[in-house]
Formats: sequence, C-alpha cells, structure tokens
Amino acid sequence: MAVCIAVIAKENYPLYIRSVPTQNELKFHYTVHTSLDVVEEKISAAGKALADQRELYLGLLYPTEDYKVYGYVTNSKVKFVIVVDSSNTSLRDNEIRSMFRKLHNSFTDVMCNPFYNPGDTIQSKAFDGMVSGMMVQVS
Amino acid sequence: MADEALFQFLHNEVIQYIYKSAEHGEMENGRCISKLENMGFRVGHGLIERFTKDTVRFKDELDVMKFICKDFWTSVFKKQIDNLRTNHQGIYVLQDNKFRLLTQLSAGKQYLEHAPKYLAFTCGLVRGGLSNLGVKSIVTAEVSVMPACKFQVMIQKI
Repeated sequence: MAVCIAVIAKENYPLYIRSVPTQNELKFHYTVHTSLDVVEEKISAAGKALADQRELYLGLLYPTEDYKVYGYVTNSKVKFVIVVDSSNTSLRDNEIRSMFRKLHNSFTDVMCNPFYNPGDTIQSKAFDGMVSGMMVQVS
Repeated sequence: MADEALFQFLHNEVIQYIYKSAEHGEMENGRCISKLENMGFRVGHGLIERFTKDTVRFKDELDVMKFICKDFWTSVFKKQIDNLRTNHQGIYVLQDNKFRLLTQLSAGKQYLEHAPKYLAFTCGLVRGGLSNLGVKSIVTAEVSVMPACKFQVMIQKI
C-alpha cells in the first residue's frame, strides 16, 4: 500500500501526484522531486551495466528514514514513482512490480483517450480510482 | 480476415471527408494534408504507448527505427518494412514495396497525383510514434510507382 504515487512526464514535470492526505503533502512532493535525480542516474548508468539496462522497473531508488521510494520508467520516458512506508515491511518486490504494471496499464489507457492531450495533467476518474485502490486507506 | 479492410475503408473515408469539407483556399494550401498528418501524429503517439508497454528499453536511435520497421509496422499493416536505409547522420529511408493503404488504388502510375493524400496519415503515425519515444523528426513520403512507397525520416537534433 503506497503512501504517495506520482506520474512524471518526459520533461520532468508532474502529470499526477497523489498522497495520503493526513500528512504534509509538500514533503512528498519534495521526495518525489529528489528521486528524479536518482532515476536519471539509473537510466544513464544503465548503458554500462548491461545486466539490467533493458528493464523498465528500476527498483528501490533510495530509502529514507521513514520511507522507501521505488521507480519505473516507460519507453516514452514517463516516470512512475511510488513511495511506501518503511514500517510496512511485508511489501515484496513482486507486489511493487505489479503495482507499477497496473499503473502503466491505466496510464496507457489514459494516453489513448482522445480527450486527453499529451502533456496535460491526468484528470481521468478511472485512473484516480485505480490509484485510490493502491493507496493506504485512511478514514 | 476482414480486419485490415476495416481500417482501410475508414482511412479512405476520412480522407474523402477532409477534402469534401475543406474551404476553397484550403485545398491548395495543403491544410488538408496537415490535418491528416496531425491526426496520424496523435494516433501514433497513443499506439506507441500501448506497443512499448511490455518491450524492453531501447538502446539508441537505430533500435527505435528498427522497432518501427518491424513490430510497429507489423502491428498496424501486418507486414514489415521491406528496406531500411540510413546515412548514419539522422536520415532514414523506409521502403515498403507493397504499402497496404495503396494496393487498392492502383498497380502502377494511375492516380499517382492522389497518392500523397493517402500517405499523410501514415507519415503522421510514424512522426507521432517517434516523438513519443523521444525522437523529434520530420517524416515525408514519396511514391513513384504504386503500391511501393518510401518514407523519409529526418531526425531533428535539438
């Protein structure tokens, strides 16, 4: 269960950011912004590390004291960032991968929507619904 | 299967519609061709997002062009590009000897002056696909003998 999910465009501006509302959202925005540097590093370093250069899933970007940040880059250079709580240790790599897969599928659907212009913020209710399903439920 | 025919008929009708609803000045301006090309751009953009969902990351420009020639062309036109040439300086020429959207028009030089209309959408398709993969380009097409045609891709280095 994620605490914050962000979709960042090729030009590095956010297309969609959603975080758990109880906490300071600005902190999450900042975390996602700094994780972009790590993503860039991984993409460019991938040229030398032949082992995982072809994967879209980037894995754990960096752990902070409270959170862990995971990244994923599509072929169209759109980045997905998921921030999860460190205390939630039961989340395994497969689950994170499947979360990214679902994000990517929904994102593709949004892209193919004729009413969506590439570069706009994502307003799709279906995408919202899918993301809500992945966030920590807070009542 | 009749699947291909569906898109071909729709494509032909779209071209007819654009030209019929064009204002007087537009037909000579080439605005119709631009409209078709922009349509193709948006479609190409979305198609590439779907097609590259499960593929591995691309190494370089040549990899991207090869993907367009093989997987992309196969998914859209059920065949591959017959010949890809490059001068390694940003110009690629894709040659299709039996372009699906032209086969029904003629088998030689008849109707040659109408051929560009039928290629505009596909030019946009390629440009949209490339743009989504991070490659800015200009795509033009030329036909000398139908149904063979060549698409020239000029990569813009920013």
